[in-house]
Amino acid sequence: MEYKATKQGYADALIELGHENDKVLVMDADVAKATLTEQFEAVFPERFFNCGVQEQNMLSAAAGLALEGFIPFASTFGVFATCRAGDQMRSSIAYPKLNVKIGVTHCGISVGGDGASHQSNEDIGMARTLPNMTVIVPGDYEESRLATHAAAKMNGPVYLRFGRDKYPVVPEIHGTFEIGKAKTIRAGSDITIITTGVLVNEGLLAAKTLEEQGFSARVVHMHTIKPLDEKAILLAAKETKGIVTVEEHSILAGLGEAVAGVVSEHHPCPVQRVGVMDTFGESGQSQELLDLYGLRAPDVVKKAMKILG
Amino acid sequence: MLDEQKHKELKNKAREIRREIVSMVHRANSGHVGGSLGAADIVTALYYHVMQHDPKNPQWEGRDRFVLSKGHCTPVIYAALADCGYFPKEDLLEFRRPGSHLQGHPYQPKTPGIDACTGTLGIGISTGVGMALGAKLKKQDQYYYILCGDGEIQEGQVWEAAAFANKYKLDNVIGFVDRNYLQTDGYSEKVMPMDPLDAKWESFGWKVFTIDGHDFEEIIATIEKAKKETVPVMIIANTTKGKGVSFMEGEAQWHGKPPAKEDFDKAMLELN
Repeated sequence: MEYKATKQGYADALIELGHENDKVLVMDADVAKATLTEQFEAVFPERFFNCGVQEQNMLSAAAGLALEGFIPFASTFGVFATCRAGDQMRSSIAYPKLNVKIGVTHCGISVGGDGASHQSNEDIGMARTLPNMTVIVPGDYEESRLATHAAAKMNGPVYLRFGRDKYPVVPEIHGTFEIGKAKTIRAGSDITIITTGVLVNEGLLAAKTLEEQGFSARVVHMHTIKPLDEKAILLAAKETKGIVTVEEHSILAGLGEAVAGVVSEHHPCPVQRVGVMDTFGESGQSQELLDLYGLRAPDVVKKAMKILG
Repeated sequence: MLDEQKHKELKNKAREIRREIVSMVHRANSGHVGGSLGAADIVTALYYHVMQHDPKNPQWEGRDRFVLSKGHCTPVIYAALADCGYFPKEDLLEFRRPGSHLQGHPYQPKTPGIDACTGTLGIGISTGVGMALGAKLKKQDQYYYILCGDGEIQEGQVWEAAAFANKYKLDNVIGFVDRNYLQTDGYSEKVMPMDPLDAKWESFGWKVFTIDGHDFEEIIATIEKAKKETVPVMIIANTTKGKGVSFMEGEAQWHGKPPAKEDFDKAMLELN
């Protein structure tokens, strides 16, 4: 299996966008080497702004640049954009619905060695509760590239969430990308696995295991958390026995709760959530943390069996 | 030098604006009267003498911008914008009412003439310097006036913006600190000492002028000097919170307390 960084998809798209549109600017807060926006800086130094270690000013200043007609991509780690600069995301960007793109890397437990201070497991929840905010969590390198292009095309604030590590390349999610439109990447009639972000491959692996056990599992890849593709969710609720959600994020306030909210209002069905429990992470190797925190295909299968029982 | 006629005109305008401020906050029974009264002379000087702007074309790209970073003082800017003709004066009756475009704190998408959303303190100056950087990239030459509160500058973000403006040599930024020494919880130097303010801004690479924020002559002359600088400028404007209404002057309680009927009547008599 091929592995590639999702943040590299972001960085590559930024350079492509830089060539297409001179209104595209990139900002960073002293983590350009880690977010990979230094690659944009190398090509377009005059359109790159390193704000130093000041995420709050960066996001509000990005709002100012948007007011002047630019399309700033403000880049930092997920935990800094949402927890450190949450007010600026809310009051400077989301409230006036400005055309600022917030591209964040180092999300989820797979940050690895830096530990809990840097593992952003709450950011989807913080971003999706902001009115006007579009929230996209791409599944692999190519989808990250496409999502970044799509974000640039739409007018309005977008939160783009990437990881630090390299993650499996999943050809099933390539091709077209439409914000707010989930991709059904595997047909199935017994149960539905809804994935977001880099755990999409774990969802597919789980579906294969379930098939071996005689169950037909559908896999829906929900790259956009907001606006949420309620149609795809309700179809799953109606056509299969239940839903397992899979995300590299807290089980609170992320994909799982979003899905549960939709089905409980419109078509109740069992929902099981795979994600980080209500706990902080710790240091470790990226891949071993995914095992330790129960974010692998066997964990998905276990939850599925609770429904299929 | 301001001629006598212009000076008188500005004084009258400031008085009218103060009347609107007190009326608006009284009617809404909610809002920030003290800081708005204190900033009335600066706002009057900007909107009626200094700034290039066109109320008939609020989105004119070449206009000077004004960011009310101390966003709670909407009454002063709403009064000026309505009087200039950005929207009908009747709209002021709906200040802080549901459905009104005149929100408690500035909401740029809906209110004609409002250039940036502010409200939580510190975000306005950052948005302002971001806008000013945008103008530099577009090679435009308008000015970005940013009004900060002296309580507001206790926010760390303000100093992030200060460093940023220095880095990008934003000589199109002219800021004000409305230095009235009062904030919600009382005397500013007791709540959180920030003096010497001039040295702080200077050490961040800004040119600093300290003025009487109620003296039109000084406000306007200082802005003219500021325009000649090649670095961002901060004007520390010494002001009196509640200026123009004797019983509100220098009283922290009028930061966020709306005037009751009796206070309102007394204030209007004084502002006649």
